[in-house]
Amino acid sequence: MQAFKTLTGVAAPLDIMNVDTDMIIPKQYLKTIKRTGLGTGLFSEMRYKEDGSDNPDFVLNKPAYRKAEILVAGDNFGCGSSREHAPWALLDFGIRCVISTSFADIFYNNCFKNGILPITVSQADLDKLMDDARRGANATMTIDLPAQEIRGPDGGVVKFEIDPFRKHCLINGLDDIGLTMEKANAIADFEKQNANARPWA
Amino acid sequence: MVHAAAPRTLYDKIWDDHVVDTQPDGTCLLYIDRHLVHEVTSPQAFEGLRMAKRKVRAPEKTLAVVDHNVPTTDRSKGIDDPESRTQVETLAENAREFGIEYYNELDKRQGVVHIVGPEQGFTLPGTTIVCGDSHTSTHGAFGALAHGIGTSEVEHVLATQTLIQKKAKNMRITVDGTLPAGVTAKDIILSIIGEIGTSGGTGYVMEYAGEAIRALSMEGRMTICNMSIEGGARAGLVAPDQKTFDYLKGRPKAPKGMAWDMAMKYWETLVTDAGAHFDREVKLDAANLPPIVTWGTSPEDVVSISGTVPMPSAAPSEQKKAAIQRALDYMGLKGGEKITDIKLDRVFIGSCTNGRIEDLRAVAKAVEGKKVASTVSAMIVPGSGLVKQQAEEEGLDKIFKSAGFDWREPGCSMCLAMNADKLAPGERCASTSNRNFEGRQGFKGRTHLVSPVMAAAAAIEGHFVDVRKWA
Repeated sequence: MQAFKTLTGVAAPLDIMNVDTDMIIPKQYLKTIKRTGLGTGLFSEMRYKEDGSDNPDFVLNKPAYRKAEILVAGDNFGCGSSREHAPWALLDFGIRCVISTSFADIFYNNCFKNGILPITVSQADLDKLMDDARRGANATMTIDLPAQEIRGPDGGVVKFEIDPFRKHCLINGLDDIGLTMEKANAIADFEKQNANARPWA
Repeated sequence: MVHAAAPRTLYDKIWDDHVVDTQPDGTCLLYIDRHLVHEVTSPQAFEGLRMAKRKVRAPEKTLAVVDHNVPTTDRSKGIDDPESRTQVETLAENAREFGIEYYNELDKRQGVVHIVGPEQGFTLPGTTIVCGDSHTSTHGAFGALAHGIGTSEVEHVLATQTLIQKKAKNMRITVDGTLPAGVTAKDIILSIIGEIGTSGGTGYVMEYAGEAIRALSMEGRMTICNMSIEGGARAGLVAPDQKTFDYLKGRPKAPKGMAWDMAMKYWETLVTDAGAHFDREVKLDAANLPPIVTWGTSPEDVVSISGTVPMPSAAPSEQKKAAIQRALDYMGLKGGEKITDIKLDRVFIGSCTNGRIEDLRAVAKAVEGKKVASTVSAMIVPGSGLVKQQAEEEGLDKIFKSAGFDWREPGCSMCLAMNADKLAPGERCASTSNRNFEGRQGFKGRTHLVSPVMAAAAAIEGHFVDVRKWA
């Protein structure tokens, strides 16, 4: 997994509540057996017109945001299905950080497995960051994960909280499975104990 | 295993009995007893194992079935869509290579993964169950800790039979009172989501309690737990009781003989202790609940069948006002419209929410001797091959067909519209499924979530009707 330490880039405003995973990546893109190449499907129902051409009104189609690496979005981002295709699509498009007031549980987990940082902030901070994002390409933000802060274009700083273990894994780009494999003895012990206590399971 | 003296919730108990390892910051390694796998969210996980030369740690604890992508028409001659076919063949190949039991599209036991698990007795009380699908919460109806995971976590479970987790908070939702006639489990859960909102359960495991929950069949409890994820919760739980044990006894994968007796001793301890702490409590009175219809593009957008579409001007905040307006524009509705005036083009009955035999019986009872409105195209998709077989043994298929319903092969179908079953742009559908998101049932399609009996009545009348007054 790609490590995440700091990121300076354009932030796109997506001021919609309850952005669900069907919106992020519609089902027709889920027929793939690969993780890559999903960027073209990102937000496709909002991003493209019925004839397949770009919808110029959608934020990521505006020249200032075509290279956005940060998304500032409304409450409950990523609700709905467990499809990891949602963070895969964000990543493939080039987005490495999503900022919102809350995230759905499974989407939030999935981000960390893919080197994407989801940041939860207060409504007041989100309003401020949304305003910053609306200023387009001239207003880049810096995400500093080790310092746990977002630095805005005018030098304003927003601090954020993050689980220490998740932070550690993201900064070091650690592979979860590798970490768990180191505990193979504990798993085997549990299985032995379980075979006696709950053999029916 | 921890045996704390303090009173514990059902969630606490199942959690404690599955902790393999705890880090100082509270991050745990949780043992997974059961893993369900389907074709859409697993190919990349198996590919990851192959690249790292890893094996499946416990293939006997893993069950694979195709559901999302299979056509619901005759499948005996194969699958036409090349991408769908590739995904289905990939699952078959992966199951063979890694030694996992697999139900293919022609197997009687095939169906929606969350219907198959309980039906086979694979789902058991007190177990931890995961699947790369958010509606894994369904299995919580049996007092199993069950939730959806992403593909990276599917790979993690395949490789290690564990998950890295932090414990969620406890929420209890108590539904007392008796449901009025015509009001169902679906109306209970839609009411709960309307009450707490789609992010109200974020960070929680929700236990459903109270006399109205106890009075529900296992099918009804599954409908409730299924949509826990729509309230944002990691999982939903109902404490197992005699109904649970009666449902499971004799199922192919349920324990037998002495193992059953031993399991029963454990299962009977799976209740929340008196005085256990809940971080949040919600209470509802079943007697006050009406049949529910969703008007918008989020499952929290609920309204009584006797109500009207909300006005954006009545919203409590600017954000909410914009959200209502966006939903109304998408749905082609105006604030103030009566729900019973909304006309439908399509009706979909099925899914892991409402595709079980009890749902089909309720529909058959409602439509027997009637005809689907000429303006409506209505489809019934049984949740599994065994549900289909049972419905046909009971003659329900004849009732459906003579009423003008399309009777299909089992699968996820138009719940997520990955196969050919989908809405055309602008089409309006009454659906017994779980999500009314933009585009969920087809590009620009418009979905109203309802119970099976409400969907059945709407199919006959061509618009929503109050089933409490309809015969």
